[in-house]
Amino acid sequence: MIQNNFSWKIGGEAGYGILSAGAMFARAMLRAGLYVFDYAEYPSLIRGGHNTFEVSVSDRKVFAPRRPIQVLIALNQDTVNLHTHELAPDAAVLYNTNNASVPGGYYGDGVTVIGVPFEDLALASGAERVARNVVALGATYALLKLPIEGLFAIIELNFTLKKKPQAIIDTNKAAARAGFDFINKNLSKPFNYTAKPLSNPERMIMAGNNAIALGAIKAGCKFLSGYPMTPATSIMNTLAGQAQKHNLVVVQVEDEIAAICAAIGAGYAGVRSMTVTSGGGFDLMTEAWGMAGQIEVPLVVVEAMRTGPSTGMPTWSGQDDLAMLLAASHGEFPRIVMAPGDLEQCYFMTQEAFNLAEKYQTPVMVITDKYLASSHSWIEQSGFKDLPIDRGRVAAEKDLPVGTAYKRYLHTKDGVSPRTLPGTPGGEHIANSDEHDEESFSDETAEERAKMVDKRFRKFDAAAADVPLPVLEGDSNADITIIGWGSTRGAILEAIEQLKSHRIRANYLQIKYISPFPVEYVKSVFKKAKKIAVVENNKTGQLAAWIREQTGLAPDYKILKYDGRPFFSDEITSTIKNLL
Amino acid sequence: MATEKDFTSTYKPTWCPGCGNYGIYPATKRALAELGIKPHEAVMVFGIGCSSNGANCYKLYSFHSIHGRSLPVAIGVKLANHELTVLADSGDGDGYSEGTNHFVHACRGNADITYLVHDNRMYSLTQGQTSPTSLKGTKTVTTPAGSINEPFNPVATALVSGATFVAQGFSGDIPHLADLIKKAIQHRGFSLVNILQVCTTYNKVNTFDWYKQHTYKLDATYNPADFNGALLAATRTDGKLPLGILYQTKRPTYDEQIPQIKVEPLVRQPIKVADLEPAFDSYR
Repeated sequence: MIQNNFSWKIGGEAGYGILSAGAMFARAMLRAGLYVFDYAEYPSLIRGGHNTFEVSVSDRKVFAPRRPIQVLIALNQDTVNLHTHELAPDAAVLYNTNNASVPGGYYGDGVTVIGVPFEDLALASGAERVARNVVALGATYALLKLPIEGLFAIIELNFTLKKKPQAIIDTNKAAARAGFDFINKNLSKPFNYTAKPLSNPERMIMAGNNAIALGAIKAGCKFLSGYPMTPATSIMNTLAGQAQKHNLVVVQVEDEIAAICAAIGAGYAGVRSMTVTSGGGFDLMTEAWGMAGQIEVPLVVVEAMRTGPSTGMPTWSGQDDLAMLLAASHGEFPRIVMAPGDLEQCYFMTQEAFNLAEKYQTPVMVITDKYLASSHSWIEQSGFKDLPIDRGRVAAEKDLPVGTAYKRYLHTKDGVSPRTLPGTPGGEHIANSDEHDEESFSDETAEERAKMVDKRFRKFDAAAADVPLPVLEGDSNADITIIGWGSTRGAILEAIEQLKSHRIRANYLQIKYISPFPVEYVKSVFKKAKKIAVVENNKTGQLAAWIREQTGLAPDYKILKYDGRPFFSDEITSTIKNLL
Repeated sequence: MATEKDFTSTYKPTWCPGCGNYGIYPATKRALAELGIKPHEAVMVFGIGCSSNGANCYKLYSFHSIHGRSLPVAIGVKLANHELTVLADSGDGDGYSEGTNHFVHACRGNADITYLVHDNRMYSLTQGQTSPTSLKGTKTVTTPAGSINEPFNPVATALVSGATFVAQGFSGDIPHLADLIKKAIQHRGFSLVNILQVCTTYNKVNTFDWYKQHTYKLDATYNPADFNGALLAATRTDGKLPLGILYQTKRPTYDEQIPQIKVEPLVRQPIKVADLEPAFDSYR
């Protein structure tokens, strides 16, 4: 019997309430005092297609979805057919007899297979057919020997938040009860996995996009202009929901170009501003991204990557955009590019992004991906660290020179010139996308051009000395050093634990600040490491290429995955085991 | 009170002799000065083109942005600090080709921005190619057999897109143009002033004389509150172009419909340490 450690997966077509049932189950397990991590796969459709939602549950910290799956709820035939290889030998499959069938002997002997008329049970309990997903939750509770009251509480919460009438809540509870009773009646032998609620330590569950939005509020972000694009949109949704409470303005504009330009206008006028998008949207933004660099306006952009090119696979994950983001827009200008890897980092680094944007008056890119942006994970509130706000050098009227012209682009030692906000008497200037002199007038002379490029890049040097160095996590005498960036963090941390049982000691270097790059630090890691593997969700090893460009060093191995799915820890574990 | 001179920078304009910008530039400065606006209270966002090279010539908070994007930048400025007087300044290629999407949506949104478009019916900074407002059949280096597209009608487009102030001026009549710009700035909401302009170097068709023959001033009998009348004036089939305020109406502006900035401009709202406890609770 294994208690409080299992992975649960539900699948059905879009419109079956797969995401909603999954989110309810994840939250129920969180409130049962367990650690949860969820992961959803869905096509870019509102109806039809194949949706899945998996929740990994443990009484120990879980950092990534765990395979194999112990409980599979198949609301349609696709779910029966497509996920066999993901199942544990002693898994349970509850399939929808209204909609699917399982041939005898289809699953291995150890697998518990129960046909459940999910839709009949929903209708018989007075609910709509769509409540099949809630019947499935009830069935899950019986299978895992969980008390049904916990599920009732989540049903109440879920439907109250959706402003549904009491009658809907009651019929859904009846549907849950019907599923619960059905399994209790039809489960012939005890299932190998159980769950038992612990005391609820009041942890939170959220996705990376929520943590970024909250970090932005904490940082005093006052303005977001955006254009909806999966998987970035929920940052905008979250901030719009908080806008009145925290006096920030969220505007949906006509396209991504307007989104970034309005954010630049607001940043220039003196408020902390941002825009959020995905790869295709950022493609449209790139000219204005360079403008922000040239006119030296603070700007924060979040790019939540999905698979490209073009429409690609719009609801799937990948790390394909790094090379593009490190070079996007014509010309050369200092840019800060960072990639958080978990919720704590999403929250904290968003605050850092706003500080750096204003301190260095330059655009800052926060890269995430669909997996980090939209997978929900447990988080302790104590993990959310606050950062003091640093607004950088802003000159008020009293700070301006008397008798001489204000120089917006003054050549300073660190390249940062005090800026004035519109409305400041005497601080008039041109926020000039043309090359310009110190006074901001257009100037194309060879000498001024080179001096101004150097000035802007002195800011980059100053930022390089300012951003935190990465940290080598784990055994300093490891057999292998894993280098990654962004959302691979959780799977790598889990793989390192798994490798221990294979007597392989691995440590981990997450590059959080990719530009400016920690050249000397990474060189020192290469010097000490026995072997180095770079792990990335792309075809060409874009971080590995960047490391090579910055340090001249190449890793021993590149572990790459580019099928739209994130790394699962066991894939990293088995690959490394085979490499060494 | 500030004068025209106070809005004049030390940078000398580089437009060709006889360029219509030499009329628009003083008219704009005169309008700002006569309204009692101080240089530091005004933001002018420029796109890219001959007209936008004027970014250097004004002494105020000038913003030289990129091609077609003066409006969204201006709207961002306005939403961050709605106490500023915000103008966007573009050309016909900038505003009506690259920036058409922003133009149409700015009319819908009614942010309190004044949009001055220097309409010389020609891409001049790139040395004479056909523009969205070029007459059909215009022969240029890229259209040696004559342009095929029908000309874009900015004032009619503004009207049907929901603009609350639509005017047309002529670079050759500075007092009249200055008066239009003044009224556009005073108008609460999005105001378009389409400014018919000569390009002495590249546009040999729409000359000073051509405009004299093809324009007429809207007189006292014209009612700018009448939308249908405005539409008729904007879409005359006899090729005559009206000068004056075609249409003006009242509608709440974009910025005044955002409760968060009803009282204090966003930029003056102190950044307080946000209390996230209630938000955190919603994730438990």
